[in-house]
Amino acid sequence: MTRSAVRARTRPTVGQRLLGGFGETLITLGIILLLFVGWELWWTNIDADRAQTQVTSEFVQGLQVGPGDGTSAPEKDFGPAPITEIPDGETFGVFYIPRFGSNFAHPVTNGVGMDVLNNVGIGHYPDTQEPGELGNFAVAAHRQTHGQVFWNIDKFQAGDKIYLQTRKGFYTYEWRDTEIVHPSQGEVLLPVPHDPGAKPTTSMLTMTSCHPPFTTRMRIIAYAELESWRPADAGPPAEIADLVKKTMEK
Amino acid sequence: MYAWIFRTLPGPLWFRIILALALVAGVVLLLMNYVFPWLSQYSPWTESTIGLMLL
Repeated sequence: MTRSAVRARTRPTVGQRLLGGFGETLITLGIILLLFVGWELWWTNIDADRAQTQVTSEFVQGLQVGPGDGTSAPEKDFGPAPITEIPDGETFGVFYIPRFGSNFAHPVTNGVGMDVLNNVGIGHYPDTQEPGELGNFAVAAHRQTHGQVFWNIDKFQAGDKIYLQTRKGFYTYEWRDTEIVHPSQGEVLLPVPHDPGAKPTTSMLTMTSCHPPFTTRMRIIAYAELESWRPADAGPPAEIADLVKKTMEK
Repeated sequence: MYAWIFRTLPGPLWFRIILALALVAGVVLLLMNYVFPWLSQYSPWTESTIGLMLL
């Protein structure tokens, strides 16, 4: 039998070809969906990490910071913390959160639109208070994808510190408690959470993210309270001195 | 469809294999740079803010 004879006998009918094309399309869609999941859960993290590392180093390189004297945050009293004014849409600080990892240094930018959260990580709710101000300094970040900055937000333990570096200096917050709320419960962002009209007496930090991981059904809210502060020329608190140094050299 | 594309590519077999791989890479790059970022707004994993209407 010649080759062309074999081909002639096995040439598919129109129906078989249509069915084959349909099958190929389904397989292609399946592969594209898998690629999308891979992209979303894995690639966006690589992309965002790179962008955030760059934003962090650009920000800290513009800061004047003293060498630090080896004392921890509450050891020295530098008086009441000043307010760091937040310019529209700008990166104004870096968060150091040891509980999230010994190398955790991520920038915080004004705004909670997807342009901020997807690209530069932590966003500040523009209508909430500023660092150092009485009331509620509230921020949001992704629990997964795009750097998954707040992946470990459920891991806080009593005594955990959250450090925020701005051009004014270093704010040290201490974790107080965590709750899980419905996505519509915007009252967690009030100057005194859950208490409209109440006059704030402390400076709080409120962190919000999704919960449970890989869904958006609920929101997890972690509250912390301003414990102490150090001006920039006094240098970073001893607990994060190495990390700050490393971040500034990057 | 894929068989037809492969048959249509010019050149010897090794060249067509390389061309096919390049085509796949091109499609993946296109997806990652344009299609997925657009699709991402409908993804269920990217909402982490809380109702802003109150403030």
